[in-house]
Amino acid sequence: MKRVYVNEKWCLGCHLCEYHCAFADMNEKDMARALKNVKIKPKIKIEERDGVSFAVSCRHCQEPLCVKGCITGALTRVDGVVTINRDKCVNCYTCILICPYGAISSSDDGVVQKCELCIKTVVGTPACVRGCPNGAIVFEERQ
Amino acid sequence: MKYVIIGNSAAGVGAVEGIRQIDIFGEIVIITNESHHTYSRPLISYFLFGKTTEEQMRYRGDSFYAENHCTLIQGTVTEVNAKTKQVYLSNGNQISFDKLLVATGSTAFVPPFEGLDLVDHKYTFMSFDDAQKLNNVLSQNKQVLIVGAGLIGLKCAEGILKRVAHVTVLDLAPKILSSILDDDSAKLVQFHLENMGLSFRLSCSVKRFEYNTAILDNGDRIPFDVLVLAVGVRPNTGLLKEVAQIDRGIFINEKSETTTPDIYAAGDCTQTFDVSSGQNKIMALLPNAYIQGECAGINMAGGKKSFDKAIPMNAIGFFGLHIITAGSYNGDAYTENKNGNYKRLFYSENKLNGYILVGNVEKAGIYTSLIRERTPLDTIDFVLVCEKPGLMAFTKNVRMVKLGGEKIK
Repeated sequence: MKRVYVNEKWCLGCHLCEYHCAFADMNEKDMARALKNVKIKPKIKIEERDGVSFAVSCRHCQEPLCVKGCITGALTRVDGVVTINRDKCVNCYTCILICPYGAISSSDDGVVQKCELCIKTVVGTPACVRGCPNGAIVFEERQ
Repeated sequence: MKYVIIGNSAAGVGAVEGIRQIDIFGEIVIITNESHHTYSRPLISYFLFGKTTEEQMRYRGDSFYAENHCTLIQGTVTEVNAKTKQVYLSNGNQISFDKLLVATGSTAFVPPFEGLDLVDHKYTFMSFDDAQKLNNVLSQNKQVLIVGAGLIGLKCAEGILKRVAHVTVLDLAPKILSSILDDDSAKLVQFHLENMGLSFRLSCSVKRFEYNTAILDNGDRIPFDVLVLAVGVRPNTGLLKEVAQIDRGIFINEKSETTTPDIYAAGDCTQTFDVSSGQNKIMALLPNAYIQGECAGINMAGGKKSFDKAIPMNAIGFFGLHIITAGSYNGDAYTENKNGNYKRLFYSENKLNGYILVGNVEKAGIYTSLIRERTPLDTIDFVLVCEKPGLMAFTKNVRMVKLGGEKIK
């Protein structure tokens, strides 16, 4: 299965992945117009410090603790992708307690949010990967 | 192979999913004493709050039993015979098993208060049936008294506060949520709950009830229309009495095995090793229940699975204020308390033992993982991670494994 991998050596810290992630959810045509003056809450987030930067998003773990720990059954792993049923989530944050990558976050909608590899919004390569100008985020099949 | 699972909640469901990872043909019988499709027990307060519905509370989809080829039987198991490998039901039926999972959960503990039998509207708060009964008596003119300011009592209080005239929560302890919060964080959360309209009577206890009035140990009288008893819970271990080793809970090892062959146990009825404190404990939490159940299921079906990283942990919130805690509160402390956000990390001997976060709980899982994995703190930037949990605190090589997909060298 194809997954998102991050190579921090190539990360410029430009945060474009965050903008592309937020834009992919918006169902808008013009990215610049859609994001102007908007405080984005992306599902992929850059960590940066002292010249080091890298993007963090859901790893879609083989044995996802978030899915096992989810108290409602809102988080499931189907065909290798960990997704969230927003109708079932009650915002209890058990997944935030348990995700070892810090890859699940709060949203403005009263449910948590996480990377779902753009399966609900974009066909093919996830938006963050397509938007990365330096190949620091890739979508690849690896053993 | 015939599997029998007693209990239809998180641990039981985990076992079904564990068994089916290994064995798709074996017969699975689930016995439950409730009359519901598997539902999420912690959601009963969200149900009263109106944040979820009976439909959405289902822990697994409608076709769960059919898809997993399980037979669900409603009944009460009265006896487990380990020698003949049979369980006996209260209706006289008996069911044989090759492998048995006891996932019987826990029951609300009701102290023998004087006069309790003459209280009209008294409830516990553990099951969907409890929540439905309570739901039927709530109205805007009711005064509610909740005995117990722990996780269950306070979630109940949150669920009903806006639907009744007034809610008072009483506890023997001098602070709320005494099982998971320290003094400072408890004060912060209490302040928030009082602002929302809850009243507290702490450091006091009910001496007796006179119909719909609680008489406290200091002589004060609290009248109420509805009484909720949330004093504590007791693991349901009775079925394995004289069958397997029981302390406070049923003893299980990292494979979810009891001390008796072919009998497994998982969830709130069990007691197991807490890696954060090195002690055997009851850790009655849904994530642990599911993971222990799944682990039991895999092992029952002949697979190999260990769960040796259990720790106490809680994510709980009240009216938008989130609290996440994990591990044991031993050792030195790193504390931040500013702008309504509280953080305290506990560490000793190069390991993170536990933490309390109130307000800003972002990336709490980074801390949970440091506790679970017993990560030596000198292999990460501990000063940085105290201030800001993140993968930045790890070395580049560790990140290449975690994010870059490189193999562990």
